[in-house]
Amino acid sequence: MNTELLGILATYLLTLVIAIPLGKYLAKVFAGERVWTDFLKPLEAGIFKISGINPKEEMNWKQAMKAMLTINLVWLIYGFFVLMYQDKLPLNPDGNPGMTPDLAFNSIISFVVNCNLQHYSGETGVTYFTQHVIMMFLMFVSCATGIAAAVVFFKAFRDKTTEKLGNFWDFFVKSITRLLLPLSLVMAVILAFNGTPTSYEGKDQFISLQGDTVNVSRGPAAGMIAIKHLGTNGGGWFGTNSSHPLENPNYITNTVELVAQVIIPIAMVIAFGIFIRRRKLSWVIFGVMTVGMLLLLIPTLSSELGGSPALEKMGISQATGAMEGKEVRFGPAISAYWSTVTTIISTGSVNSMNDSTMPLTGAWQLLGMMINSFYGGCGVGILNYFIYLIIAVFISGLMVGRTPEFLGHKVEAREVKIAALVTLLSPFLILAGTALSSFVFTNHGQAEWTVQPQNWLNNPSFHGFSEMLYEVTSSNANNGSGFEGLGDNNAFWNILTGFVLLLGRFLPIIGPIAIAGLLGRKKYIPESAGTLKTDTLTFGLMTFAVIIILNALSYFPALALGPLAEYFTMLK
Amino acid sequence: MKKYIIQSIRLTLVLTVLLCGIYPMVVAFAGGFSAGNGGGEKITRNGKVVGYARLGQSFSKPEYFWGRPSAVGYNAAGSGGSNKGPSNPDYLKQVSDRIDTLLKYHPGLKRSEIPADMVTASGSGLDPNISPQGAAIQIKRVAAYRKLDEKIVAELVAKHTEGPLLGLFGPSTINVLKLNLALDEIKK
Repeated sequence: MNTELLGILATYLLTLVIAIPLGKYLAKVFAGERVWTDFLKPLEAGIFKISGINPKEEMNWKQAMKAMLTINLVWLIYGFFVLMYQDKLPLNPDGNPGMTPDLAFNSIISFVVNCNLQHYSGETGVTYFTQHVIMMFLMFVSCATGIAAAVVFFKAFRDKTTEKLGNFWDFFVKSITRLLLPLSLVMAVILAFNGTPTSYEGKDQFISLQGDTVNVSRGPAAGMIAIKHLGTNGGGWFGTNSSHPLENPNYITNTVELVAQVIIPIAMVIAFGIFIRRRKLSWVIFGVMTVGMLLLLIPTLSSELGGSPALEKMGISQATGAMEGKEVRFGPAISAYWSTVTTIISTGSVNSMNDSTMPLTGAWQLLGMMINSFYGGCGVGILNYFIYLIIAVFISGLMVGRTPEFLGHKVEAREVKIAALVTLLSPFLILAGTALSSFVFTNHGQAEWTVQPQNWLNNPSFHGFSEMLYEVTSSNANNGSGFEGLGDNNAFWNILTGFVLLLGRFLPIIGPIAIAGLLGRKKYIPESAGTLKTDTLTFGLMTFAVIIILNALSYFPALALGPLAEYFTMLK
Repeated sequence: MKKYIIQSIRLTLVLTVLLCGIYPMVVAFAGGFSAGNGGGEKITRNGKVVGYARLGQSFSKPEYFWGRPSAVGYNAAGSGGSNKGPSNPDYLKQVSDRIDTLLKYHPGLKRSEIPADMVTASGSGLDPNISPQGAAIQIKRVAAYRKLDEKIVAELVAKHTEGPLLGLFGPSTINVLKLNLALDEIKK
């Protein structure tokens, strides 16, 4: 096996070695059991005291959701104004301007919802102040929001019948103090010692070996890059994200960044099983997710390592694979792995330019984001998976002709309705959004906007369509990566994706928690011979089939118009 | 509801101090002990900064090893890939032109010897590296322009080839800036 493939294997194994114990630790932390980080209790007590929060106050699912939505609304309003007036605030050594209202609208939503779609470029669009107080701050808290929501959901299945789902604030603060902050510190220091800048100095200038004058953007990036990955956020300090040599200096940092973005999503799955005392269920879910990941990774590797068929015709050597948009220090193999991981999980950071990957790779990236639950984002991955699970329970129930149950609670019309609505939301947002933008592009190409619609696309034909499809899909999945050729910093894209981002974030969180809340308070039915067991291989397969069928039916036509059509034209 | 609003505002304030004040300051303090003291590792020659160790810079003169094509002309105040799709005709024309340029400057070079990294733009536009094969095809040209023995240049390339991490993981690379600096040293 060559060293590039060996790199992928090592990275994945290292991920598991860290994620599995981390899951056990998280289950204990959120159950309030004793753990070695209990020395942080005074810090948490201080935070609660200043905020006027009683962490012991139990909430039901509606109260938890109200708390979540309130604090998110506070961040939205406050962040919007800070971004618009960032030029008048301190810590702006490069003299960058304030954002236009539509860009501020898009950017603040994008960071609040853990997406980090960036329609600005880090070097010129934000200041050191906003990079910290808005971007990095939201990376911590949006991830903590997802984790806390997932723990509220866990709580509903821990006891037989309960309305009390713990305290949202308690879970939220603990995910920061016990998980995100300590891990970020460790990771930021590793990055710093491998070459990522940490100091607050502004741009530097030097004269190159050939005599050119070169300006260099810098800044305290390491701290943000750490949480960007741990929190599956993905927003880069620099414009080109983790392909930038200061954001991701070498193979070590690349491995660290890759491992960091996967550990919490996997750990949450493990924690779920331990927390509700059904470890086998966790392993089945983990198994389905892993198979899903492999089914996307292997064809991605095959198309990237095979190189570009068009360059093949020019007769050059593509010994390592397709190199457009990739960095030599990473190579195509680990870049392909990155592009899979970053799209199945909602990170959306990149170490190579997705727009320049092979057509089929683009299809797998899109599909990863459409499914959005093979591991999935911090906390929200397991919530997304739960929706598929409820649909699978419902369909299995119909197939064997009995009332569907999940973990001893009857799944009835109301829960299935919620699950169905959440399932339908994604295709609706993605397809309607893409259709609307295609309509504007073809029929109103001459519109007098900041960027004329006819100039949106960086690539003609099918690939241009893929650029629009990718943008809307990435927004709905709260992913944040892009086919970056798209001219997206204008009112149309800022507002369209702004709304898609909001709906694609909060409804898929509220839906599963509502279902869990409703199920949790129902009478517990003890298991009998007739119970449909959800922690078996058969049921895992059933869920997998549901995921594939739902997504294939929803998205195949769109994928056929974009990446698949491009693939077949290139074969000619 | 009102209770949640007040709690949210207070929690946001206290977390801002912790996450945006204390945390980055601790990181900045630790970073101060790294190479480059947290401002990025610089390379100096005769007391003058000639570049950043991690950042690629433009090399177009024939007596230097060339780096990869860059969509932003190695502008380190920005960064960017080409974002060209694999079937874009403009892009394919561009690649084809790059191949022709390479063939022109390297008589006797076969198309099949040209590695993809030398004719495709990097993701960041600041890629500091080329592949060993990318350097190998340039040895003859660099040696001729510098009136050096090809063997000496080849040895220098071999010396500057960094293998996979721990010899096991990832590709082999060459830092173009460091290689060119070493070349300039020979001349003296």
